Amino acid sequence: MTDSKYFTTTKKGEIFELKAELNSDKKEKKKEAVKKVIASMTVGKDVSALFPDVVNCMQTDNLELKKLVYLYLMNYAKSQPDMAIMAVNTFVKDCEDPNPLIRALAVRTMGCIRVDKITEYLCEPLRKCLKDEDPYVRKTAAVCVAKLHDINAQLVEDQGFLDTLKDLISDSNPMVVANAVAALSEIAESHPNSNLLDLNPQSINKLLTALNECTEWGQIFILDCLANYTPRDDRESQSICERVTPRLSHANSAVVLSAVKVLMKFMEMLPKDLDYYGTLLKKLAPPLVTLLSAEPELQYVALRNINLIVQKRPEILKHEMKVFFVKYNDPIYVKLEKLDIMIRLASQANIAQVLAELKEYATEVDVDFVRKAVRAIGRCAIKVEQSAERCVSTLLDLIQTKVNYVVQEAIVVIKDIFRKYPNKYESVIATLCENLDSLDEPEARAAMIWIVGEYAERIDNADELLESFLEGFHDESTQVQLQLLTAIVKLFLKKPTETQELVQQVLSLATQDSDNPDLRDRGYIYWRLLSTDPVAAKEVVLAEKPLISEETDLIEPTLLEELICHIGTLASVYHKPPSAFVEGSRGVQHKRLPARAGSGESAESPDTVSTGGVSEAPPAVIPSQGDLLGDLLNLDLTPPTTTGPPPPTSSMQMGAMDLLGGGLDSLMGDDSEPSHIPLRTDTPQSPQLHHHSPSPPDYSPTELGGDIGGSPAMGASFGAPPAVMPGSFNAPVSGGLSDLFDLGGGVGMPMGAYVPPKTVWLPAMKAKGLEISGTFARRSGVVQMEMTLTNKAMSVMGDFAIQFNRNSFGLAPAGPLQVLTPFTPNQSIEVTLPLNTVGPVMKMEPLNNLQVAVKNNIDVFYFSCQYPISMLFVEDGKMERQVFLATWKDIPNDNESQFQIKDCHLNSDAASNKLQGSNIFTIAKRTVDGQDMLYQSMKLTNGIWILAELKVQAGNPNYTISLKCRAPEVAQSVFQSYEAVLKN
Amino acid sequence: SYLSTAVGQLSAPQHGDVSLLVQVLICRNYKGDVDMVEIDHFLPLLMQQEEEGLICPVMSHGNVHFLWIKHNNLYLVATTNKNSNASLVYSFLYKLVEVFTEYFKELEEESIQDNFVVVYELLDELMDFGFPQTTDSKILQEYITQEGAKLEVAKSKVPTTVTNAVSWRSEGIKYKKNEVFIDVIESINVLVNANGSVMSSDIVGSIKLKTMLSGMPELRLGLNDRVLFALTGRDKGKTVAMEDVKFHQCVRLSRFESDRTISFIPPDGESELMSYRINTHVKPLIWIESVIEKFSHSRVEIMVKAKGQFKKQSVANNVEVRVPVPSDADSPKFKTSTGHAKYVPEKNLVVWTIKSFPGGKEYLMRAHFGLPSVENDEMEGKPPITVNFEIPYFTVSGIQVRYMKIIEKSGYQALPWVRYITQSGDYQLRTNA
Repeated sequence: MTDSKYFTTTKKGEIFELKAELNSDKKEKKKEAVKKVIASMTVGKDVSALFPDVVNCMQTDNLELKKLVYLYLMNYAKSQPDMAIMAVNTFVKDCEDPNPLIRALAVRTMGCIRVDKITEYLCEPLRKCLKDEDPYVRKTAAVCVAKLHDINAQLVEDQGFLDTLKDLISDSNPMVVANAVAALSEIAESHPNSNLLDLNPQSINKLLTALNECTEWGQIFILDCLANYTPRDDRESQSICERVTPRLSHANSAVVLSAVKVLMKFMEMLPKDLDYYGTLLKKLAPPLVTLLSAEPELQYVALRNINLIVQKRPEILKHEMKVFFVKYNDPIYVKLEKLDIMIRLASQANIAQVLAELKEYATEVDVDFVRKAVRAIGRCAIKVEQSAERCVSTLLDLIQTKVNYVVQEAIVVIKDIFRKYPNKYESVIATLCENLDSLDEPEARAAMIWIVGEYAERIDNADELLESFLEGFHDESTQVQLQLLTAIVKLFLKKPTETQELVQQVLSLATQDSDNPDLRDRGYIYWRLLSTDPVAAKEVVLAEKPLISEETDLIEPTLLEELICHIGTLASVYHKPPSAFVEGSRGVQHKRLPARAGSGESAESPDTVSTGGVSEAPPAVIPSQGDLLGDLLNLDLTPPTTTGPPPPTSSMQMGAMDLLGGGLDSLMGDDSEPSHIPLRTDTPQSPQLHHHSPSPPDYSPTELGGDIGGSPAMGASFGAPPAVMPGSFNAPVSGGLSDLFDLGGGVGMPMGAYVPPKTVWLPAMKAKGLEISGTFARRSGVVQMEMTLTNKAMSVMGDFAIQFNRNSFGLAPAGPLQVLTPFTPNQSIEVTLPLNTVGPVMKMEPLNNLQVAVKNNIDVFYFSCQYPISMLFVEDGKMERQVFLATWKDIPNDNESQFQIKDCHLNSDAASNKLQGSNIFTIAKRTVDGQDMLYQSMKLTNGIWILAELKVQAGNPNYTISLKCRAPEVAQSVFQSYEAVLKN
Repeated sequence: SYLSTAVGQLSAPQHGDVSLLVQVLICRNYKGDVDMVEIDHFLPLLMQQEEEGLICPVMSHGNVHFLWIKHNNLYLVATTNKNSNASLVYSFLYKLVEVFTEYFKELEEESIQDNFVVVYELLDELMDFGFPQTTDSKILQEYITQEGAKLEVAKSKVPTTVTNAVSWRSEGIKYKKNEVFIDVIESINVLVNANGSVMSSDIVGSIKLKTMLSGMPELRLGLNDRVLFALTGRDKGKTVAMEDVKFHQCVRLSRFESDRTISFIPPDGESELMSYRINTHVKPLIWIESVIEKFSHSRVEIMVKAKGQFKKQSVANNVEVRVPVPSDADSPKFKTSTGHAKYVPEKNLVVWTIKSFPGGKEYLMRAHFGLPSVENDEMEGKPPITVNFEIPYFTVSGIQVRYMKIIEKSGYQALPWVRYITQSGDYQLRTNA
C-alpha cells in the first residue's frame, strides 16, 4: 500500500471525519489521519482548522508521526499563532529527549515556526542544544540560531547566541563547524559591517583545517566564507591559496567553483613575478575545462563565470579554445555562451580554426545561434587583423545564401569592419547593395544606410538608394531615421549639385513632420550648420572617424572585480552586481578584490584594475548591456553601440556644446536670419529640448559626425575648429548654452572639477617648431589630456602620434592623437586626448610624473609633465560611513600624514562643495569647539582608497589635513591636489 | 547565502493544456522569504522562453529567481530572492534526483505521491534553512526508511556517520569474503569536421569501485600516473599524464595534492572513486567516412565506411553508427557488408549495428531513401553522425592500476579485481549533407 491513497479521499465533510480520526484512541488510526491531513496540505487544501487536533498528536513516541505533526506545525503556525503556543511545551520537552534524533528534530522545527510570541520560549531549549553532547544536535542548533535571527535579531543578540555560534567554529566536529560558518555568514550578510565573522589568521587556520574534513556542502560554506577574508599580506595569501587548491580536485562542481573564487580573489595579492603565481595560473585551467563535462545547467554557470575569468585573466585559458567548440546537442544557452568565450579567446594563433567553426555554426538552424555566429565572424575580423580578409569573404559567402537573417547580421557586422579598416573592403559594397530590399530589421537597414552615406561618392546611384528609403520615412524606427538623415547630409556634402532636393526633403521630414525630439534636433543642427557654414559642416560631418576598439561587450573593470568576488553565485550568472537584483542590498558594500599587498617587491605596482595580459587587455570598455538573453531579445532596441568604446559623455557633450555654441552664435550674431530656416524662437527654453537629458544614448552627438558607435576622440575633432566660433552672445543664445550645460550636468559632469591652467610642456625651440601646452582634466569620469598645439615652423606638419612611458597609474592614450591636417604654419589647434588607466605600470618619481613622446612628420619629441592626482579620483569614491570608520582604524598610524593648507578663505561647506567637484567626497562633518572636521574619502582609478580628515576653523585661513592611505606614498600628491582645488 | 527558499517540484505534462493541468507536486519552503505562490510564475515563464526558443536554467520574476532542472517529466525548481550560490543550487538539485532515484528507483510523479511522507522526511534531512546537509543516500537509508513501521528501532538513532569526518561509511560493516572490484572506464569524446579533421578529442576516464569490505579499511590506489612517477623518480614503463582529476569526497585531497597518493576509506558498495581527463590527441578508434548525397525531390543516397583504428587483438562490441536522414525521407533500402541497418523514423536516423568489430577491419553500409516531390520547406539542422561502441580489456590512454593496497585493523586479506573498458563518449562526426 502506498501513500498515494491519501490523496484520493476528498469528499465533503472530510474535515469533520479527519477530526474524529485524529482524536481516535487507536495509534494507527491517528497516524493514518495525520498522513491524510499532510496529503491534503500538500495538494494545497486548507486544513488549518484541524490545528488543535493535530497538535494533540504531537506527544508521541512514534517518530514518523512526530515528524508529520511538526511538518504540519511549520505550515500553519503562522496562521494560528495563539494555538501555536500549545506546541511550546512539547518542544521544550523534546529538546530534552534522550534520543538525539528527537532533540534535533525539535530544535530544527522550532526555528521554522515564525511566530514572534513563541521565540522567547525557545531560547532556553536552543541554548541547551547548542551545547549538546551529540554533534547532530549541535549542527542543527547552529542553523537554528540563523533561523531565529531572521525572526528576531535583537533577541538573538541579547541572548548571546552569536557568541555561542562563534565558539562553534572551534567545535571538534567538522559538520558543526560548517553549519556554524554557514549560519554566521548568513547573519553577517544582513549586517554587512558587523565584523561578525571576525576573520583573522587564527580563525582562518581553523576553517582551513575543517575544510579537509567536512562534507562537500560544508566545504562550500567554508570556501565562500574564506572568500570574504582579506589576507594581511602576500605570504598569507599564498599560504591560503596553497591550502585551497586541493579542492579543485573535488568531484562536486560547486566546490570547485567556490575554490576558484577564493583563488581568483587572493591571487590578486600575489606578486606577479612570484613562481607560485605562475603555478597557480596553470592549476586553474584544467578544473575550469572539466566543468564543461558537468550537467548542462552547471556548465552554464561555469561558462558565465569563465566569461568573467577570461576578461580578468585571459592568460589562464588562452590555449583552451577547442573545448569551447559547440556540440550539436548542446542546449542553446550553452551554445550561446560558448560562442561568446570563443570570440574572447580568438587570436592570431587559433583564428583559422575559429573561423571554420563559426562558418559551420552559421549554417545551423537555430536562428539566435546563427545570428550570433555571423556576428562573431565580424568580431573576429575586427579583433584579429590578419583574419579580416578571410572573415569578409566568409561573410560574403554567407550573404550569398540569401537566408534573410544571415544577410542582415552580415551587413551589420560588415559596417563595423568598414569602420575598422577604412578603404580596404569597399569592393563588396555592390554585393551588399543587391540585398537592400530584403533588409527588414532596423539595425541592418541602419547599417546599410550608413554604408551608402559613408561611401556615397563611390556608389553611382547612392541618391536613388537613399531616396528609396525616404518614402516610408515615418514608418522607420528612430535608429533608421537618424541614420538616413545623416547619410543624406553626407551625400549632399559629397555631391552637392544633384542632391539638394533630397537633403531639403529629409531635413523637412526630420524637423517638421516628426514628433521625435532627437530626430528633430539633429535635423535642426544639420540645417543650421549647412546653411551657416558649409565648410564647417563638412569638417564636422565628414570628420575622420576614430578607430573602433577590438573588444566589445567587455564588463566595466570595477563591476568585473565585484563579479569575480561573487563567482558561482547568481550575480556571476547575471553579470550584474547583487545590488541590482536583491532587494534591500543597496546599502551593502560592493565587494572588491584586495589590493596587491604592500610587502612584496612589487609593492609599487598599485595596478589592481587591469592586471595580466596588459598587451591583450582591451583599451576600452563597453558598459555591460545587461545579460546576454536580454541583449538578444532587444536586438532592435539597443542603440547602435555594438562596437566602439563607451561614449565618454563629457568630451562629446563638450563637442556638442562647441558646435551648438558656434553655430548658434554665428547664426544669431548675424541679424539677417536665413529665411528658409524654421528657427523656433523659443528653442532654448522649449520643453522638448529637456527630453534629451534622460536619453543620452539616442542623442549621442557622435552621430553628428555620421558615426555609428561612439568614440572618445570625437570631442577632439569637434573642439578643433575654434575659428568658426564668433564670440558675440545675445540673450536667447546664452540661455540655450546654459540649457546645454545643464544637459551636460545631467549626465554627471562635475562642473566644479578643477582643471589646472595650461602650461607649456614642449617649447617650440626644443621641438623643431612644434609647441605644445596643455593640462589634464577629468570630465564625466574620463581623464583627458587637453593640449594646444601650435605650428611655429615654416612648413606643414602631419602624421601625429603620441605615446606615454610607463607610469605610476598606467595612464595611456585611449585613442590616437587626432590632429586635423594639414596643420599649417602659425596655426593653433586644440586637441583633446582621452586617456585610460590600463597601460603598463611603473612607479615614477614624483608619483604623478608622465613622460610623453610626440611624433610628427619631422621628428620625435619627448617631454614630461605632471598631472594633478585628483584627475584619478573616481566618481564612486564615496565610502560608506561605517566602512570609513573601520578603514580609518584599520590603517596603521604610520601611514598617516599631516599637511597645512595655508591662506584658504572658504568655509567648510564651500570647501566641501568645491572638493566634491573633484571627486573628493565628504562623508561626515563634525563640529567640535567651533572647528569643523570634514571626513572625506576618494578613490584612485586603481582602487586605492584615500581617507582624509580636514580641519577648518572659522576665521583661520590655515587648514590642517590628515591623510590615511594604505599606500602612503600618494599622500604628497593628494595634498597638492587639495591645495590646487581649494585655491582655484 | 545559499538556496534561500524552496525546492518545489512541478509536474508538467509535456504537451497539452498547460496552465490548468500543472500543479505543484510537493514543495518545502526552507526559509519563508519567498512566498510559495511565486512558483505559479514559473511555468508561464518557462513556456514563454520555450516559445522564443531561448530557454535558460535561470529565470526571474520580480525579486524571485527560479533555478531549475528537468528530470523525466518533472521540473525541480529552487527559488530564491538572494544572491544565492547558483552552482551549489544546481549541484543540490542533481543530488536530490540521485537520492530520490536511489530511494524510489524512478523519480517521477507517481513515486513522489506514493512516498510523500518519506519525501518530506528526506527534504528535511537533505537541507536545513537553505543549507544542504546530509546527502549521502546510503547513510540516509540507515535512518530514513521507506517502511517506517517495520524499522522503528533502527530508525530511532542517528548514525554517528552523519556528523563524522567519514560521513560516507558506517562502522560495523561485515563481509564473509572481502573483495573490491575496480572498473576503469574510458570514454572517448571526439568532434570531427566534415572535411575529416579532428577538431577536438579527449578522454574522460572514470574509476568505479564496488567495495565489499568489512570494517573501516584504508585503501591506497596506485596508478601509472606520470606526475607521481616523476615525483618519486621512478621511470619504468608507460605512464599517463592526467590533465585534471576529480575525486569522490572520500579521497584525501590534500594528500593527493602533496604527494599524488590516492588514499581513502571507501564508501560501501558501488561508487565512483575518481574521474580524470586526458587531453592527448587520440586517433578516433572507429573512423567514419561518409558520403551523403541529396537529390532534391527525388532521393538521398548514403554511403558510410567504418574502420576500426585499434589493435587487431581487440574487438569493439555493440557498435552503432547513427546516420541522420532528412525528416521527410521514405522507402529506405540498405546494403551492408556486415551487421544490419535499421531506419528509425521518429529520430530521423539510420542505425547501423555491428555486434562485433575487430580492430583493423573496414565495413561498408549503403542506404537509399526516397524524397517526396513536395519538399518540407522547414530548414533542417545538420546533425552529425554519432557512434557508440565498447572495447573491453583495453584503455586508450594506457592507464593501469598498479596496485590497490587494503589495510584494515583486523588484518584480513582482500582481493582487488580490475577490469578495463574503453567506450564512446560524445563521439560526433559532422557531415557534408
